[in-house]
Amino acid sequence: MSTQPGNRDAGAWAQPVHRLTVSEGHINVSGRRPTAPMHGFGRMWQKTYRTSLAGTDVSPSEAITVWKQHFPEFWPAGNRFFAPLAGIAPGEVAALDLSMPGGLKLSTGVLVLYADDESFTLMTPEGHMFAGWITFSAFVEDGATCAQAQVLMRASDPLYELGMTFGGHRQEDAHWSHTLTALALHLGASGEVSAETVCVDRKRQWSRAGNVWHNAGMRSALHMAGAPGRMLKNAFRRHEV
Amino acid sequence: MNELTTQLEVRTPAPGVSVIEISGEVTRESDGALTDAYQRASDQAQTIILAFDTLDYMNSSGIGLLVTLLVRAQRSHQSILACGLTEHYRQIFELTRLDEVISIYDTEDAALTAVA
Repeated sequence: MSTQPGNRDAGAWAQPVHRLTVSEGHINVSGRRPTAPMHGFGRMWQKTYRTSLAGTDVSPSEAITVWKQHFPEFWPAGNRFFAPLAGIAPGEVAALDLSMPGGLKLSTGVLVLYADDESFTLMTPEGHMFAGWITFSAFVEDGATCAQAQVLMRASDPLYELGMTFGGHRQEDAHWSHTLTALALHLGASGEVSAETVCVDRKRQWSRAGNVWHNAGMRSALHMAGAPGRMLKNAFRRHEV
Repeated sequence: MNELTTQLEVRTPAPGVSVIEISGEVTRESDGALTDAYQRASDQAQTIILAFDTLDYMNSSGIGLLVTLLVRAQRSHQSILACGLTEHYRQIFELTRLDEVISIYDTEDAALTAVA
């Protein structure tokens, strides 16, 4: 093994974690393994959304500080990001409630895989719509600070792949475009967003079709369907006490 | 960080095997250089060894580049191996689960022995 000295990025990475844990009241996160793009089922995509902060004097590190602090506020209405108490820091886990078509709420989460002054990366757990990570970064290009969200992902299972093909990708594009526009407007820029989508691998990984077992969409729907029963059960329990 | 500080050297230590020595930093800015090095290494190689002995810094964008490189290699029916990772970078490979798809060896010699 190499004996090179300590690495500058050491404090920016999460510690290895086998299974995620999150506070009670959130489903589809605790006990789930974090997933990389290799673990998904669908085609692999790299999607890059970018906005220029030209006209402002915001540095990349200032943009990332604001983005971390106000991360949930920039999301489209109907979606919730339950920020960890320690904020967006390496190893922290956040729960998410995402608004889906048909009034369904999809409950899942993310692990903060990496966070430094100029970028941070969220990694998805088993059951999320996609296996992969999203890197949020800011950098100077052509003399202006740019903010960027880059998603490297495969849809986690065949159901999600179908969903992504029929509207899911469009919904995701809208989500991150909205987020970047909100960030840019917050920082005093115009908020125009460019998007680039690259298919990294057209092959679907049929060996990963079994990921459907963890599908957070189905489990969220079952959880919602079981809500009246749980309410009744709790009411009886209270009555007995 | 706009200055390119990735140094990549491509060698062919054995027939069908290429080594990409990765030095300095692997970040978003390394994309073009890494793609170029991969293309040079791919020439008649079935196995590509990524040697990280002198890697100084890698962020999550850099790990993303390794994933896309891995996919390209898989599409071309090539194997990717890694060697020279410090304990820190071994942990990152474990965290990102890259260790499940890239075989890791302590040294280049060990990697070469494995593919011989």
